[in-house]
Amino acid sequence: MFSAVLRAGFRSLSRTRANHTAPLAVRCYSHAEVETDEEFDSRWVTYFSKPDLDAWELRKGMNTLIGYDLVPEPKIIDSALRACRRLNDLASAIRILEAVRDKSGPHKEIYPYVIQELSPTLQELGISTPEELGIDKV
Amino acid sequence: MLRLTAGRVGGLLSRRTVAAFSFGSARMASRGHDVTEQADMSLPMYCDRLDTPLPDRPYRETLSPADKSLKQKEKGPWNNLSKEEKLALYRMTFNMTYAEMKRPSSEWKTVLGGIFFFIGFTGLIVLWQRFYVYPPHPRTLDDEWQSMQVKRMLDMRVNPVEGFSAQWDYEKGQWK
Repeated sequence: MFSAVLRAGFRSLSRTRANHTAPLAVRCYSHAEVETDEEFDSRWVTYFSKPDLDAWELRKGMNTLIGYDLVPEPKIIDSALRACRRLNDLASAIRILEAVRDKSGPHKEIYPYVIQELSPTLQELGISTPEELGIDKV
Repeated sequence: MLRLTAGRVGGLLSRRTVAAFSFGSARMASRGHDVTEQADMSLPMYCDRLDTPLPDRPYRETLSPADKSLKQKEKGPWNNLSKEEKLALYRMTFNMTYAEMKRPSSEWKTVLGGIFFFIGFTGLIVLWQRFYVYPPHPRTLDDEWQSMQVKRMLDMRVNPVEGFSAQWDYEKGQWK
């Protein structure tokens, strides 16, 4: 999950914490299994990687993902953009990039990072960013 | 209620079905000619929402032949599309960009102006009240009467320990 990147210095710490899953807590926290960031990411990458994903599933997946309180990892966005390519939908691909920028809210450093990570995919698929098309300003 | 005769129910139903058919068309016949077309809520609708990046249907579904040929071109490599073509494809599918959705409005000026206007209007009402609603001025509030009242209170030694008269210096005849 992208929230980990914000704690840039503590990324290694969060990874080691995820590996130690033995519960030592005696308190009355919920005993439900908590999905790790990696599991979340891989679940969504798999969702968008389905070869015969249809337009409805792409829309549903994207709207649900944007509904979460996080900025999706570049690899999830990459998978979604490739799904747009399979569905021949460039407009949705550009919309997804706009939505990622909007989700990062006041944290202005997230979106340039995502674009930087996605730039090989964007060039390969020929997706222009909203900035290149001039629609990031009114 | 349960004892409605079949005839009554049939009569009600026939009137309802006639009304139902007219709902299929866009206008309500009873309202006249100045009603805007009502969207068919039973079909997927388009929306411009920040939290819904991909709405249920594209913005423009009826495409001109030029648009249709562009859609065909979209099936090929996107690197072959020019910026204008990509923009045209975006505008076919979406009405407002995120930047347009988030644009600030001048509504706050209207709101603030309205607030001041109504405060001013209230002030006018209060002023009118002053002249037309208030009862006649009581003479007990005149300065002359008030000074006589203070003198009487001091002569009576009202609250002489810690209150009113305690503040009056009786030797010097002035407030302490």
